[in-house]
Amino acid sequence: MRKTRIIGALAFLVFAVFPQLGLAASLDGGDAAPDTGDTAFIIVASALVLLMTPGLAFFYGGLVRRKNILSVLMQCFMCMCLMTVLWVIVGYSLAFGSNVAGSWIGNPSDYLFLSGVDGLSGTIPHLLFVAFQGMFAIITPALILGAFAERLKFGGFCLLMGLWLLLVYCPVCHWVWGGAEGFFGLGADGALDFAGGTVVHINAGIAALVLALVVGKRKGYPGKISPPHNLPFAVLGAGLLWFGWFGFNAGSQLAADYVAVNAFTVTQIATAMAGLTWAIIDRIVTGKATMLGMITGAVSGLVAITPACGSVNPMGALGVGAGASICAYFSVAFIKKKFGYDDSLDVFGVHGVAGIWGALAAGLWATASVTGGAEGLFYNGQITQLLIQLKAVIYTIVYSGVVTFILAKIVQAVIGLRSDEDAESVGMDLSDHAENAYTKLD
Amino acid sequence: MKYITAVIQPDRLNDTLDALEDKGVHLVTVTSVMGRGRQKGEAEVYRGHKEVGSLLSKMKLEIAVNDEFVEAAVNAIAEAAKTGKIGDGKIFVLALEQCHRIRTGETGTEAIG
Repeated sequence: MRKTRIIGALAFLVFAVFPQLGLAASLDGGDAAPDTGDTAFIIVASALVLLMTPGLAFFYGGLVRRKNILSVLMQCFMCMCLMTVLWVIVGYSLAFGSNVAGSWIGNPSDYLFLSGVDGLSGTIPHLLFVAFQGMFAIITPALILGAFAERLKFGGFCLLMGLWLLLVYCPVCHWVWGGAEGFFGLGADGALDFAGGTVVHINAGIAALVLALVVGKRKGYPGKISPPHNLPFAVLGAGLLWFGWFGFNAGSQLAADYVAVNAFTVTQIATAMAGLTWAIIDRIVTGKATMLGMITGAVSGLVAITPACGSVNPMGALGVGAGASICAYFSVAFIKKKFGYDDSLDVFGVHGVAGIWGALAAGLWATASVTGGAEGLFYNGQITQLLIQLKAVIYTIVYSGVVTFILAKIVQAVIGLRSDEDAESVGMDLSDHAENAYTKLD
Repeated sequence: MKYITAVIQPDRLNDTLDALEDKGVHLVTVTSVMGRGRQKGEAEVYRGHKEVGSLLSKMKLEIAVNDEFVEAAVNAIAEAAKTGKIGDGKIFVLALEQCHRIRTGETGTEAIG
């Protein structure tokens, strides 16, 4: 309690001493008027991306045991709140500020408390760009929580995810989209990551695997963990994710134009193809097409098309989607079983593996008719683009893996990560939040 | 007085209740329960992982009857709940020492009705 009060007092002090923080002279910064069509579209797209996080909450919440659903919903909602505040204070600046530390990260003082955010970013208001990107900063840490669901202390979760945003998400975002140059200049290299294959999905997927290993298996895993307690919730969540993903992918063009429409359309195509592919694999391997399989396939397809939606055409999207389900299925059904790690909700298998596939697939199916320049192996017969993609993938895997591991060890030492055995048996809802999702009587 | 407990397949519940009603047995308490016997559990598949459950859903009926209704009630359940496949369930008949109707204070055979 004492610590909380001190932090509160400090925050208050910052505003008291520096009242000018966060205040721009005027919102428009004296620039020309924004494009109203683009602006209207990105406002809506931002709201769509935000909706993905409650969607994800239900996707994950339905898959855990009934005693843990609130903890998952709570962690997702906490991301919506905590990440927004961090984004405003310094996150946006770290991701999109001017290059410091050899382009490793953005200058934190550039847009501290969003000071100096005014005028236009492209054809839309700079402030709208901040909001749109902020939605990505919310969902990326939220994706990770599926890996350690049902066994992480809430306090440890908040501290770990807050640090992860600032020290993993923001730097990688800076490398790809924030104008990094030189060693870290993945975007400058020409890596195709339209909407966040590396920044969001590989980043989250690798962090998920590392955290599943650091935190350890759930009591009773494998074999003694009950199956998903509410698959209809998971289907509802997957549906909301699919819907919100249009804002994620098409919105990433930051304009309402042909490329945005292509991104929108190939998102639909790849997702449909991936859901269909998973159902077919299910039929072949186990004899029955399953509901959970189909939505898992669809999400894999959404993940895979994310980096590629600004570079492939509808034909390529079919390949991206089919490959996504094949890779993710192989990962969750065989690799996970073989190595025995407890990635509770398959964040690595779906986001990590399908994300890597999608990033590489952009190097295969990229076509100049969409990108206006870069072409992949299947169009120009050269592996140049594929190698650029591979480099971005490797950078993300290594950086996310190493820094996530270090952060996890620090949080483990300072306040602890894993909940105690009793709390895990009782369920995180009651032990961490003093609530039950479903009343016992009535 | 006897206390009949029957564990049956969930999809046979409605027919069984109708059959009991036809024999004049109105009093029945039904609970949704989990159990196992020789039938074993059904296999479920989650993301390519086959999981064989050890418990199955069943319906448990509890019926208090006067002695003259025992045979009719047991037969009604045995016929209506039967599918002939493994997992049809069991009927147990136990001695019942006392019965008390809360509303009227009646006891014994009058209270069952």
